[in-house]
Amino acid sequence: MNAIAALSPYASALAKSGTERHTLSVLVDNEPGVLARVVGLFSGRGYNIESLTVAEVAHGEHLSRITIVTTGTPEVIDQITHQLERIVPIHKVTDLSMQDRVIERELAMIKVHGTGEHRSEALRLSEAFHAKVIDATIESFIFELTGSPAKIDDFVDLMRPIGLVEISRTGVAAITRGAKGM
Amino acid sequence: MSKQMTGAEMIVEALKDQGVDTVFGYPGGAVLPIYDALFQQNAVQHVLVRHEQGAAHAAEGYARSTGKVGVLLVTSGPGATNAITGLADALLDSIPLVCLTGQVPTHLIGSDAFQECDTVGITRHCTKHNYLVRSIEDLPRILHEAFYVARSGRPGPVVVDLPKDVQFALGLYQGPLNVQHKTYQPKLKGDADRIREAVEMMAKAKRPVIYSGGGVINSGPHASKLLRELVELTGFPITSTLMGLGAYPASGDNWLGMLGMHGTYEANHTMHDCDVMIAIGARFDDRITGRLDAFSPGSKKIHIDIDPSSINKTVKIDLAIVGDCANVLGDMISVWRAEGLKADEEALAGWWKQIDHWRARKSLAYRASKTTIKPQYAVQRLYELTKDRDTYITTEVGQHQMWAAQHYHFEEPNRWMTSGGLGTMGYGLPAAIGTQMAHPKSLVIDIAGEASILMNMQEMSTAVQYRLPVKIFILNNEYMGMVRQWQELLHGGRYSESYSAALPDFVKLAEAYGGKGIRCSDPAELDRAILEMIDYPGPVIFDCIVSKEENCFPMIPSGKAHNEMILAELSDDAGVEIGSIIDEKGKMLV
Repeated sequence: MNAIAALSPYASALAKSGTERHTLSVLVDNEPGVLARVVGLFSGRGYNIESLTVAEVAHGEHLSRITIVTTGTPEVIDQITHQLERIVPIHKVTDLSMQDRVIERELAMIKVHGTGEHRSEALRLSEAFHAKVIDATIESFIFELTGSPAKIDDFVDLMRPIGLVEISRTGVAAITRGAKGM
Repeated sequence: MSKQMTGAEMIVEALKDQGVDTVFGYPGGAVLPIYDALFQQNAVQHVLVRHEQGAAHAAEGYARSTGKVGVLLVTSGPGATNAITGLADALLDSIPLVCLTGQVPTHLIGSDAFQECDTVGITRHCTKHNYLVRSIEDLPRILHEAFYVARSGRPGPVVVDLPKDVQFALGLYQGPLNVQHKTYQPKLKGDADRIREAVEMMAKAKRPVIYSGGGVINSGPHASKLLRELVELTGFPITSTLMGLGAYPASGDNWLGMLGMHGTYEANHTMHDCDVMIAIGARFDDRITGRLDAFSPGSKKIHIDIDPSSINKTVKIDLAIVGDCANVLGDMISVWRAEGLKADEEALAGWWKQIDHWRARKSLAYRASKTTIKPQYAVQRLYELTKDRDTYITTEVGQHQMWAAQHYHFEEPNRWMTSGGLGTMGYGLPAAIGTQMAHPKSLVIDIAGEASILMNMQEMSTAVQYRLPVKIFILNNEYMGMVRQWQELLHGGRYSESYSAALPDFVKLAEAYGGKGIRCSDPAELDRAILEMIDYPGPVIFDCIVSKEENCFPMIPSGKAHNEMILAELSDDAGVEIGSIIDEKGKMLV
């Protein structure tokens, strides 16, 4: 989007400030197609999705919570928020990055192959990161790690030279600290 | 009141309860139960179109000329896909539609059944909202919700996809009462502090301008009345977008004409040089703003809109008021009066002097001809001969549309039906049919081009069937005129595929359909021929042969600012090549 923006005289004069990473929390009616509406909005209007998680949070009321990590200038983030609010089955959109205190967590499962020194090194590092061993064979481990996306990135970088096989990550779930809801 | 009935009966019942008197549609396998229910009643009239795109545009014409929700009914698969252009058109122009589509029975969905398509998937991006009705229990609620969503807030098209088994199923019908939407509740009332601040900014303005748009029309006739009152109260100049024409009368003293790419010199210069801009129900579209970083550089901008996402989308706003135009305008007028505010008369007098200087350029002037009909002249004569009648105008898309916007003058809202946002060729004739259905006694004219009209020509048959006396006024220059104009300006006059070859004989075509055909190529004969068209009590195709290579001016060349307009006189100077005015970046734009 930015490459085009630079070329076009119709490009918004707003698109000049720097890009920021924002985490949006979106409360939606859990009805068929609602995720497609949200994802379609991002692809249709050329917004970025860095990660997206979704699950039902209130079974009786059929409410789901979608957490989207996106990047853009403050003006683009503002547009994204308003465009999301236009989607009919959306109850509420909160830009968590505009709140004071946010907790972001991601869960990853990381499969590492290695024998001998590599194997024991992997285990030592996992202890330092408080990762849990959830599966083991003679020549492999699967670690479960919960933390900020940066912490998971760090751990994965350490596993790479040891014998990283594959990673499965959930994407970010986020919530504000304190007693108040979104 | 709840009553046991079939899904198909519920659909007809819901239409009645929503005050729908006309449905535009085309039958097919997946909607047969609904057609059977329609057959057995008289409250809702069905208009059989000849192509589903026609149904969508007819419903748009009906909606825009009445302010009510337009309804279309089409079958599954190709019925739905044919309607999509009309839905996209209604989305971009904020026209309230409910589109009922048939669907294969629920147990066949996803099996690639005959005439199956993923209607809710395909229409998700070109509707305000859509529904697939999976069970009869949900049907009444969804039907009433669809009308609510279509007409509330910023209006738009809503699709309700109806599997055939749901149409046959028995269930309890519920009327529209007690239907309250849990998530969709648009903000209608503007923030009082901001309204006060806006009004105070206006009172201090030295060079103000009001820029109004289609939102004022959508807000209802009362909003137009209030807009006029505000202009009267402040003495401010006012311009409008293509979609907003008629909200303020073209005969009004403060009227600058339309703004934007083919707007007047005075409207665009006023926008460029103003110090306070009041945008009301307009969305700063690229046809309006021209080059964004040079758009009205010295002004404070107030933006009134019902859709928060319209604010700060492309242009930085200094004061935003989210709310319905009529509410906000009403509040602004009350505050202005209550605080005894007065516009800066002295500054305004100077500002008007400057505006009159721009007006004196007479940017809509063209070189008249005694031998050929100039398209601008044709629209002017049409205006003069129809302005005192109860007239509605629709258009197709292209040069003729811009000439209609420039030279046909609107005094009232809801009289002008045109495809603004999507720019859909083929819009005008079906829209005229929808308009004529809503206003059977009025004069409805589709100002058309010979290329556009062929895109939905088949609807002439609908006009004949329902004895709708629509007049199709074709400015026939044997070119896709706007394409040709851009090719002349940007592509060295290489008219690639823009010549309308192998045109039908429009007079014979009209007769073949059972209507009347009139051809005119002599300026001296034009008035008589137009009167003949008006007086004929049935549908007419008027083939107005106009000069072939006329360009539509004035024009903001692509990628240029409001104060860099080119005027017709410039194009007549042999030394200036307009292509050279548009730079490489401009050529990349649409």
